[in-house]
Parts: sequence; structure tokens; C-alpha cells
Amino acid sequence: MKGFFTRWAEMMRLMVGQPHYESYVQHMARHHPDRTPMNRTEFFRNREQARYGGKGSGRCC
Amino acid sequence: MKHIAWIILAIIGAIALGVTATARGEQINALWIVVAAISSFMVAYRYYALYIAQHVMRLSPDRPTPAVYRADGLDYVATDRRVLFGHHFAAIAGAGPLVGPVLAAQMGYLPGTLWIIFGVVLAGAVQDFMVLFVSMRRDGKSLGELVRMEMGPVAGTIALIGTFMIMVIILAVLALIVVKALAESPWGLFTVAMTIPLALAMGIYTRWIRPGRIGEVSVLGFIGLILAIIFGQNVAASPIWGPIFTLTPTQLCWLLIGYGGVASVLPVWLLLAPRDYLSTFLKIGAIAALAIGIFIMAPPLKMPALTQFIDGGGPVWSGGLFPFLFITIACGAVSGFHALISSGTTPKLIGSEMDAPFIGYGGMLMEAFVAIMALVGASILDPGIYFAMNSPAALLGTSPESAAAAVTAMGFPIAPELLAQTAKDVGEHSIISRTGGAPTLAVAMAEIFSHVVGGPAMKAFWYHFAILFEALFILTAVDAGTRAGRFMLQDLIGLAVPSFRNSSALVPGLIATALCVSAWGFFLYQGVTDPLGGVNTLWPVFGISNQMLAAIALMLCTVVLFRLKRERFAWVTVVPTIWLLICTLSAGWLKLFSADPKVSFLAHAQLFSDAAARGELLAPAKTMAEMQRIIFNDRVDAALCVLFLAVVLSLMAFTVRTCIQARRSPVPTAREIHPDIPEMEMAR
Repeated sequence: MKGFFTRWAEMMRLMVGQPHYESYVQHMARHHPDRTPMNRTEFFRNREQARYGGKGSGRCC
Repeated sequence: MKHIAWIILAIIGAIALGVTATARGEQINALWIVVAAISSFMVAYRYYALYIAQHVMRLSPDRPTPAVYRADGLDYVATDRRVLFGHHFAAIAGAGPLVGPVLAAQMGYLPGTLWIIFGVVLAGAVQDFMVLFVSMRRDGKSLGELVRMEMGPVAGTIALIGTFMIMVIILAVLALIVVKALAESPWGLFTVAMTIPLALAMGIYTRWIRPGRIGEVSVLGFIGLILAIIFGQNVAASPIWGPIFTLTPTQLCWLLIGYGGVASVLPVWLLLAPRDYLSTFLKIGAIAALAIGIFIMAPPLKMPALTQFIDGGGPVWSGGLFPFLFITIACGAVSGFHALISSGTTPKLIGSEMDAPFIGYGGMLMEAFVAIMALVGASILDPGIYFAMNSPAALLGTSPESAAAAVTAMGFPIAPELLAQTAKDVGEHSIISRTGGAPTLAVAMAEIFSHVVGGPAMKAFWYHFAILFEALFILTAVDAGTRAGRFMLQDLIGLAVPSFRNSSALVPGLIATALCVSAWGFFLYQGVTDPLGGVNTLWPVFGISNQMLAAIALMLCTVVLFRLKRERFAWVTVVPTIWLLICTLSAGWLKLFSADPKVSFLAHAQLFSDAAARGELLAPAKTMAEMQRIIFNDRVDAALCVLFLAVVLSLMAFTVRTCIQARRSPVPTAREIHPDIPEMEMAR
């Protein structure tokens, strides 16, 4: 049941363009251990700007 | 046998489809349509999508996707397929699948139902799925880049120009729907206006108070929305505030143009992002609630299967069943705009090639289901109410008596008292000639929701809830679309003036924003002041342009299949391409050269310019200047049709040429990007 709820929350967040933060941290740890990953807020801002401020509008009529 | 369950499902679907198609004279239950759609979709997904995946695309679980080989934790993230399905569906489903089917109901429920079911299975879902495949094999590149890669730079630029014009028309038509729904409706306008301060407060909350807490801030925002709806009733009744929020369509039009200009240059976190949370979650919630409501209520369809308007001459939009039904329902059956989504964020998030059928094909089936629900909604209303809401005021007059008489004369008897009572039930002054589809759907949703929760006393609340939900995501689309249009325009102007490309420079950005807003604002103003209601004029242009984009996307997929040397499977994309080309080219042709001034822009312009030359005024023009404006608008619309025709015809020429070249080549020439050797020409 917990799995369902976390996946549901993950889906709702991705619907508005926010990917999974923990996956990002894991990715950074595995592939770029030399770099400091963004913290949660920086990550949120980064993705917010990517979804809304960039070129792709990401939604349909 | 593993196929037995599927055969039973197919038989159930065939029976339901048969009942839907053969019922004449007696009312059938809406669930027949729903069952027919769901079982058709499931069978198509199980067999056709699988066929395309295995034989046409040859998807492989071993081939890494961009999300794997370019993983960065940000743009490229291998995502659980159920999570990604939600993302993709939320991106493709908007106002289109809700409005088109409502407008199409003027021909009865049957033509729309059949077109949605067959259209999505053979064209719409195939397009979304194929574009996703093509983009997924090319680093998740966008449609414009893909056309450039496979068909050359000239074709790419033409596609970009076409896409920009389509964007302009979509923004105008969406804004027009909002204007039509909120004009002379203080309750509706107040609740929608309140979303702006509400979103600003949410923006500040996520910026400084609790950054990133989307769920929390959305719940707070949702409570605010409900309060705004409840309080809106008092505002509408107030002798001071009521008139302030009662605006004419023209006033609203100017407000919306100003709003679009300002909102699209504000920082995204302040207004756009928080309102997108509200509109996205509300959209998903309302769609789910509508589905549950239809199943619980199981309403009978009051609209006949076919009306006399299949031959043309309908009051909601002009033209006969062929080709105009097929452009009126665009989103839901096949929507070109999805090609931009399937080549947008989704291909960068897909974790395995084997997920592509579920996301691409399945996501579009889900949208078609939304379209079916909208069609059901329009068809459970008394046809008298439907036509009183959707016919132009020029035909109905403004009083319940004149409207009831006009609609009864069409063959849909209705009493004026019922029109007045329906308006009162939903808390509006009048429901007469509230064109654009959204108010009709809102009345239907109020009917369904109040049946499940709250009874008749809650109808007015649910009506305004439905209007709010539609207006909210349309406003988000206007805002986001203006931004996207601005970047497209900067790219296009950048071809001639390279300094314009700089997307962070202030002046080019402002100029491009102003150009973009004036472009859609022009068409919006034209639609708002159109005596026939505007939707009549703009929706077909939107439909033609959207279906043409779909044809372009499918032509790209055809080219890719030829260049992969898999032309014997190319019928999968060629058949829907040809059908879309037949529909859009003939609709475009009729819009230009039909002799009927109700259908053709040029015949309409001719009618008015002849009258003007004789010094006569034709209704609704009251002055010569208005006559001239109508003629000018007609010619602009005609020029737009010519532009769309030119775009699609030239890309067709590119397609044929590229396919012939690919056939002559002894080896595959498709430029798939291989994970290990980037940008290598694949020669397998």
C-alpha cells in the first residue's frame, strides 16, 4: 500500500514537471560523486524553470 | 487459449457498438457507448498496438532509451511506466477533447462516437505512438528537429511556421471559449478572477514559505477555489459587486489580451506554475469524477443518434458531415498537437522501449475516452437545451420565448419555461446562445454530479465548478502557449535577424511576446465580435490546422519507415495520413471556394462586398465600417486557410520525394541516434 501511495505522489509531481528528487541524488552519487548535488529547493526551482520558462510548453490544447 | 477472454471482450464491444449504431427512435443508455468504446480500445491496444510495436517498430527491451544512456536525473530520467503515463496523459489532455465532441453532437451522438472510436484506434493513437518511437530513437528530439533531420532544413522551417500559426489559432479559440463562458456571468467571472490572487499567494508560498511543497500548496489552493465558488454566488447577487463582474464579451476580450501579455512575462513561479498545479490536478480529478458519475447515473441519451444537420446547415457549425465532422472532433480522435508532446518531455523519461505502447498508444486511448465522456455529456441533455445553448444569438434572439420558438422550429420542441428554469438551476441569468461548448458541458456535468452528490440544490455549485475547471486550464494554456509561441517566433525571426534568437535578451523577448499576443488577440477579437458567435468561424480553422499538423507528423513517420526500409509496413501511417489529407484538403477547399457563404470565407466576403458596392448594409453590420471589417476578417481567414494548405502540400511533396529516395537506396538511411556511437548514421 505504501508503494502505491508513493508512486501516486510521484505521478502527481511529475504531472507538473517535478521528477523524483531521490533518483536525482542517486544518479549524482553514482555518476558524479565529485559534484555536490542540488538541494531539494534548488532542484525544485531548476525543474520549475525548465518546465515553464523554457521552450517546450509541455501541454496540449 | 489466451485469446478467449479477448474474443469475448471483442464480442461485447461489437454488441454495444451495434446497439449504439442501430438504435432509432428509442432512447438508449449512455453506458452502451461507454462499453463500446472501452472494449474497442482494449482490443485495439492488445492487438494493434502490439502488432505495431513488434513488426513495424521492432521495439527491443535491450536497446537503451535516451533516459538510460543520457541519464542526468533532471531531463532524462528512466521513469516507472505508470508514473510516466500520468505525466503524458496530463500533458496531452486539455480542453480540446472536451469541446470538439460537444460541438459535434449537433449531428447526433452516432457520427461523433464512431469517429472517435475508429479515428483514435487507426489514426490518433498510431500518430502519438509513432512520433514517440521516432523521437525516442533520436535522443528525444522535438518534432521540428525530427522533420529537419529526416526531410531536410527547408521542410523543417516550413513545419515550424505551420506550428506557430496553429499555436496562434489554438490560443485564440481557447480564449474565445473562456470569453463565451464568462461573459455576462458574474458568478463565473468572479471565481475565475479569484484564481489569479490565489495563484499569486500560492506562488509566494512555494517561493519563500515552503518551497517545493506542491501537494500542500495545492490543497490550500483547492480550498480557496471552493470558497471562491461558494462566495461567488453572493458576489453575483450583490447590487454593487454583481454589475462589476458582469462584463460584455468585448470587455472580456480586451481583459484577456491584456492578461495574456502581462502573465507571459511574469516570473514563472509567481503565477504560471502554481496555477498549473491547480489546473492539472483539478483536470485529472474532474475527469475521474465524470467517469465515476456517468457509471453511477447511467443516464439515457436524449439526443437522437442522427439529426437532420448531417447534411449541413446546422446552427452550431456550418457544413456537412464530410469533411467537417472530422475536423470538428480533432483532439480525442486524432490531434496533431500531441506530436509536440510525444516529441517533448515524454521520450526523455521513458525507461524501456517496451513501455512505449502503453504510454503512446494507451495515453491517446485515454484521451479518446475523455472525448467519449464529453459526447455523452452533451447527448444526455434535452436536445432543445443543447441547441438553445449552442446556436448563435442572431438565430435565437435573446429571450427564452424567442429561443424556444426558434429551437422548436428546428424540430426540437422545448418550452420557454424549461430554458428559464435550467438557467435558474445553474445560477445564471440566461443559458441562451452560450456557445463554445464549455457551458454546455458544464450543464451536463452539473446534471451528472448533482445526481451523485447534493441533488438539485447543488446544481449551481457544480455548474460553476465545471466552468472554473475548464477556464482554469484554458487560462494556463493561454499563458504557457504565449510563452512557447514567443520562443518559436524568436527562432523564426532569428533565421533572418540572428540577434533575435537570444532568448534571455529583454527587447527581442518583449517584441516577440507582443507580436504573439497581438496575433491571437486579433483572431480572438474577430471571433468575439463575430455575429455568428465566432466559434462557428474559428473552430473549423483550428480543426483544419490541428489535423494538418497530425498529417505532417504522420508523413514524418512514413518517411522514417521508408528510410528504415520497412515500407511494406508503411500502410500503418499511410492510411491515416491519406484520410487526414482528404479531410483537411477538402475542408480547406470548401472553406475557400464553396458557393455557400455560410461555409466559405471567400463567398461570404463576396456577398458582403457586393452589398457594400450597392451601398447596402447586411445584418449584423450596422455601419459601412463594420461591413468592411467583416470583409477584411473573411479575407484574413481565407489567407490563413491558404497558408495551411500550402504548408501541408509542400510537406507532402517533401515526403514523396524523400520516400522515393529512400526506396532507391539499397541500405536504410534513417538517422537513428545510437546510444554507443552518437549521431552515427545507422546502417543495419
